[in-house]
Amino acid sequence: MSFQPVKFYQTGTFTVGNRLLAPEERSVQSSPRRFNSLNSGHRACQGCGEALGARYAIDAAMEAAHGQLIAANATGCLEVFSTPYPETSWQIPWVHSLFGNAAAVATGVAAALKVKGRKEVRVVAQGGDGGTTDIGFGCLSGMFERNDDVLYICYDNGGYMNTGVQRSSATPPAARTATTMAVGDEPGNPFGQGKFVPAIAMAHDIPYVATATVADLRDLEAKVGRAMEIHGARYIHILVPCPLGWGTASNETIKMARLAKETGIFPVFAAENGVVTEVLKIRHRLPVEEYLKPQKRYAHLFGKQPRVDVIARLQALADRNIKKYGLLDGGAN
Amino acid sequence: MLKQCEGSHAVAEAVALCRPEVICAYPISPQTHIVEGLGEMVKSGELKNCEFINVESEFAAMSVAIGSSATGARTYTATASQGLLFMAEAVYNASGLGLPIVMTVANRAIGAPINIWNDHTDALSQRDSGWLQLFAETNQEALDLHIQAFRLAEELSLPVMVCMDGFILTHAYERVDVPTQEQVDAYLPPYEPRQVLDPKEPVSIGAMVGPEAFMEVRYLAHAKQMQALERIPAYAAEFKAVFGRDSGGLCHTYHADDADTIIVAMGSVLGTIKDVVDEMRAAGHKVGVLGITLFRPFPIHDVREALHRAKRVVVLEKSLAVGLGGIVATNVRMALSALPIDVYTVVAGLGGRPITMRSLHALFRKAEKDDLDPVTFLDLNRAVVDKQLAREKATRRSGPIAENLLRDVGVVAAKIA
Amino acid sequence: MFQVRIHGRGGQGVVTAAEMLSIAAFEEGRHAQAFPSFGSERTGAPVVAFCRIADKEIRLREPIMEPDALIIQDPTLLHQVDVFAGLKRDGYVLINTSKSFEELGLGDFLKDWHADRLCTVAATELARKHIGRPMPNVPLLGGFAAVSQILKLESVHKAINDKFAGKVAEGNVAAATEAYAIVRREMEEAVHA
Repeated sequence: MSFQPVKFYQTGTFTVGNRLLAPEERSVQSSPRRFNSLNSGHRACQGCGEALGARYAIDAAMEAAHGQLIAANATGCLEVFSTPYPETSWQIPWVHSLFGNAAAVATGVAAALKVKGRKEVRVVAQGGDGGTTDIGFGCLSGMFERNDDVLYICYDNGGYMNTGVQRSSATPPAARTATTMAVGDEPGNPFGQGKFVPAIAMAHDIPYVATATVADLRDLEAKVGRAMEIHGARYIHILVPCPLGWGTASNETIKMARLAKETGIFPVFAAENGVVTEVLKIRHRLPVEEYLKPQKRYAHLFGKQPRVDVIARLQALADRNIKKYGLLDGGAN
Repeated sequence: MLKQCEGSHAVAEAVALCRPEVICAYPISPQTHIVEGLGEMVKSGELKNCEFINVESEFAAMSVAIGSSATGARTYTATASQGLLFMAEAVYNASGLGLPIVMTVANRAIGAPINIWNDHTDALSQRDSGWLQLFAETNQEALDLHIQAFRLAEELSLPVMVCMDGFILTHAYERVDVPTQEQVDAYLPPYEPRQVLDPKEPVSIGAMVGPEAFMEVRYLAHAKQMQALERIPAYAAEFKAVFGRDSGGLCHTYHADDADTIIVAMGSVLGTIKDVVDEMRAAGHKVGVLGITLFRPFPIHDVREALHRAKRVVVLEKSLAVGLGGIVATNVRMALSALPIDVYTVVAGLGGRPITMRSLHALFRKAEKDDLDPVTFLDLNRAVVDKQLAREKATRRSGPIAENLLRDVGVVAAKIA
Repeated sequence: MFQVRIHGRGGQGVVTAAEMLSIAAFEEGRHAQAFPSFGSERTGAPVVAFCRIADKEIRLREPIMEPDALIIQDPTLLHQVDVFAGLKRDGYVLINTSKSFEELGLGDFLKDWHADRLCTVAATELARKHIGRPMPNVPLLGGFAAVSQILKLESVHKAINDKFAGKVAEGNVAAATEAYAIVRREMEEAVHA
């Protein structure tokens, strides 16, 4: 019998993540003894990218910490759908304080653990893009600057979704939100605004910064695992599509995340001490239209008179990412 | 041990004796010396088993305190004025979550216009936040109240604000008796949290509560605070047994038993008031004083008990309820409801304006004759005020008020006070 | 109660002087209260600090309006700030200067004053001599102890050693001691004049 190597692409956790791999390489989610930190029964929307990302990320963190983990959560979708009074879906010690202070609360938790000599207990802070890039930015930077021993995970769905889809500083240009409506000469979120917090995190020279998406869940797990090997300030920024806010079908969440990566709209990489150390390359490059078309928040670009000018600008942004982070084989800047 | 030192230093020593585990603070006048003192003690190793964190804002300070306290660590911070307002959201959050954080507020006025000097508006702006509020009359009391505050906070699972007049107390050198570690340990046991973040027993803290239960949660916050009305006298009595002096309590009277006119106040101004009352008593006037130490929960019963035999009450407060008159006075009136006693509000000392014996002598004599308006601003420079009002009447573009007044008042540096 | 008001400029150690006075009084078993007239930190601006000394607890918190004694660390303040405001009749006045009261333009103002209550001492020069820095506050305390007799010189020494250490403390002690001697001599001469 001839031997033919077959490339496995990740198409879902039930194949490559599970019994086809050696046990130690399997996804955390493949184990019946997984922690289920974010247990089922929460009230997330059908197809919620954040729920998926949080489940993978926190279980991976718990695995790495041997179950010794405390989580601080900002106000937002995750906090709201995971703790519908009088229930909680968290199986781990979890605290929700305010919208803008998850990073600072986590700093406090870490300080208390340190002074009590509980070296084995690790701390995770989590929030959406609103709670991280906007209102929580000051506390985030403070935590980075002090190099507090906290892993901060940002679930980026590009807007304040829980309150009705308002714009945040992570909302992409041209996207429609309730506060950047698709009307007027420049419909949707203006160009020339916004901030990419992973780059800002890198500028703080913290030990570990990474981006990830829910399309590459093994990659996300690996990044959380790598982050947990390090002590000090760490930041992971996960792109989590929101069917409601993006206007996509609830069974296309993972696909949308993949399209974001494959078009170059969202660069997936990791950096240590301010220097990029790995890049998840684009496998089959696609034009940005493929990413934009399925999303109703970009519907105004595809009307009777398509806004080819806007699409071209978005393509230029994707091209810039590809060049800057070396997303195609052939190296980076 | 008796020491002659700055009030801030005395408080730092008291806090250090309470074995804090996490101290997180952001600098703001006039609290800086307290936190600097503690920071140095931690860094030098004098204060062991304590994490000192320099945070990037007061909002971060209270947030770090929340995380730390929720993880079971005895936590302390300090602020004033603008800083207290900046952390206001977290202040409410801390009490709502039932976390026994102790915070010093070095009372300072709130801008605009910016003012670094003493008054009580900052602490009183947070009077309904669910924090207990204690006001120190002297640096000794400030020292003592911090020790009692940790005990009270941890017993009730509620945060406690210890207020001391900025500059007037914080930056004044006076004699204090600093307790020993043994004494403090005998009074303040290790922190036993009612709720704690611990992987051994996971809990979720900070859930959303809807209309079905919010009333009940808030009622419990109120009821818990009210427990302080009983605990505080007990803790003060215990304090006396361990440390040998009277300190704290709900409120205290001075020559009030047979007084026709009783002056009510909080904080360091009570010292000046007592000196005036001594002189007036010597001249035959029946005046007395009620000093309020615990402002929240407000000791309605004890205040009523102290004042109900008087003919009139003068509430002298370093605070202003803009659009109404007095803050403390309004609370005192509630304690005296249905009693036929006149309550005069005197707003004094705002933004650090000195309150002098001379002014108080004149004020109290007017009060005795019932020759006071319901609301009086003590030592108000009426001429400057009228000039500004005339200016505004004359022209629309009348300019910033503060700058206009300063120009009229003249050079400040040449003045003594 | 004995009330001292100290005038100077930011950077001349006015606040420290008041604190040290209070420490000296404490060392003698007395109650003392010291505090500055507060302002934003600013070198060179006029500064006032206060110290009250008494044998029972001091409750009063107002600025000292009627001082029993004045220490003026910087004579350039004399015609700029109303330093003498409220000074009690026959209160003590100690000025940091090498000039006389007449030369300072105060002759008329203080002509009916008890001569042994008005003293000058070149404190800045003493400081330069003993600690190498033009910091007049400590020598003036020695001078104040001499003119007022409210505090013992050795209490001033204790206060110095509380605030400073090593060579600086030694130098300050020497400066205060010399100032004390100078002022005592001045007072004796005034009485015999």
